[in-house]
Amino acid sequence: MTALSLKDVSITLGDTHVLDRISMHVDQGEFVSILGPSGAGKSTIFRLLTGASPLQTGKITGATHQNSFAFMPQRDALMPWRRILDNLTLGLEVQGIPRKDARAQVAPLLADFGLADFTTHYPAQLSGGMRQRAALLRTIVQGRSIQLLDEPFGALDALTRTHMQTWFEDRWRTARWTTLLVTHDVREAVALSDRIYVLSRRPARVIAEITVPIPRPRLGRPPSAAAHDIEAHLLETLLHQTGENP
Amino acid sequence: MQHPVPRQTGRGLARGIPAVLSVVSAFAIWEIYVRLSGISPLMLPAPSRVLDQIVQNRALLWNNTVPTLKATFAGFALSLTVAFGLSIVLDFMPRVRRALFPIFVVSQTLPLVAIAPLVVLWFGFDLTPKVLLVALVTFFPMLVALVDGYASTDPEIEDLIRSMGATRVQIFRAARFPSAMPYFFAGLRISITYAVVAAIFAEYVGARAGLGIVILNAKNSFRPDIVLAAVVISSLLTLILFAATALLQRIVLRWRDVEGHR
Ligand SMILES: Nc1ncnc2c1ncn2[C@@H]1O[C@H](COP(=O)(O)OP(=O)(O)OP(=O)(O)O)[C@@H](O)[C@H]1O
Ligand SMILES: [Mg+2]
Repeated sequence: MTALSLKDVSITLGDTHVLDRISMHVDQGEFVSILGPSGAGKSTIFRLLTGASPLQTGKITGATHQNSFAFMPQRDALMPWRRILDNLTLGLEVQGIPRKDARAQVAPLLADFGLADFTTHYPAQLSGGMRQRAALLRTIVQGRSIQLLDEPFGALDALTRTHMQTWFEDRWRTARWTTLLVTHDVREAVALSDRIYVLSRRPARVIAEITVPIPRPRLGRPPSAAAHDIEAHLLETLLHQTGENP
Repeated sequence: MQHPVPRQTGRGLARGIPAVLSVVSAFAIWEIYVRLSGISPLMLPAPSRVLDQIVQNRALLWNNTVPTLKATFAGFALSLTVAFGLSIVLDFMPRVRRALFPIFVVSQTLPLVAIAPLVVLWFGFDLTPKVLLVALVTFFPMLVALVDGYASTDPEIEDLIRSMGATRVQIFRAARFPSAMPYFFAGLRISITYAVVAAIFAEYVGARAGLGIVILNAKNSFRPDIVLAAVVISSLLTLILFAATALLQRIVLRWRDVEGHR
């Protein structure tokens, strides 16, 4: 079943033609990635979905705005003045759920996200990886049907990123959230996705759609030859596109 | 991650030492100069004499400090309320902000020397004109701080909470208002240093009692020592209020202390 689809979505911001007839879809329980060069317009797609930017042309179906999405912004956007627990319950609070009930909903997930001992800390007291986990839990706990994750591991150092990806794959295999992930990390896209859309440089078009038929778990073990082939193919597509490969 | 508290307090005290030393030596030089030069106390009284006058006139000073404090607090409470209320209105109605903001700026260009007698003329010798003048002088720094503070909200945080389906009021309460707090305290600290001075000035122009009246009468009877005694009291009041806001800031903005100690 299709959870979300975009049809011929174009957008011009100021004088910049950012998206050019983007069409894509995400099925129920599917993990789809959007892979594209920096500045292509990946975050703009999310801004359209969450309603931060108005839709200009094209159609978005399968999900009514806002109530369908939980959004994790590119930077963690934790509120520095709220303790971690209060950051985690933010989405539930906005939904009008009393604080006590909101906390009760978050509590059983804390250990799994490695945050059980840090609920009374302020975001500034946490490491980058922990902050990212907190932002992810804040997203998940909203109980929306589709998770929109904008480069959730982009700001982390290589080692922490690998840890987090492995950890996240593990969580995802049990929960099977319908997920749309934005990334410019080819390895990450191949490791986590069922399907990958590759965007061109601005104005962004979909230049490739690739299915990743590799069995899970894919992380925490040496990469398979199949994964390697797909990574090479994606890299080739991106490099050719950005014209950096003579 | 967190430094033990005692060490911090110790460091704070150590940092205060140069300030205390410079103040003490300034008074010492003053005292020595007065004694050596034999200058008349009608021209320049020594600090020891001023201190002596404070002790001798403590009843008079205290009785006149109370009305000044009343005017200060009432005026400050009024301006705090108005600044908060207005800042919220302005934040929700950008058009009103553009229309009204110039008026507030103009209100700050009015010379107090000219305005104070008029306000006293209109509202009499009671508390009202003092309250109004204190409010007029103190409200603008707080209003500007709040309006700028709301605008400083991290757009990513706003986009996030909006994506959660938050209403404009929810966005204000959960994101814009807390973002403005560091700015607000900066404005509050500026305002509070004007408050006592404004109250005394208003009294000086026309009142029945207050430190301003003490200063006026002492000046007219050529008693600079009592003028200075009242000045010392007034400075102490401001310092105490300033310390109180600093304390309040530490409590409200505790999350910022934490940030520094990463
Ligand atoms: N309000 C705006 N007005 C004009 N141009 C804009 C506006 N918002 C974004 N853009 C432009 O749209 C382009 C796409 O931005 P977007 O943030 O979607 O890129 P991205 O693919 O997420 O990049 P990154 O990987 O660096 O996060 C950028 O070149 C940006 O300059
Ligand atoms: Mg982006």
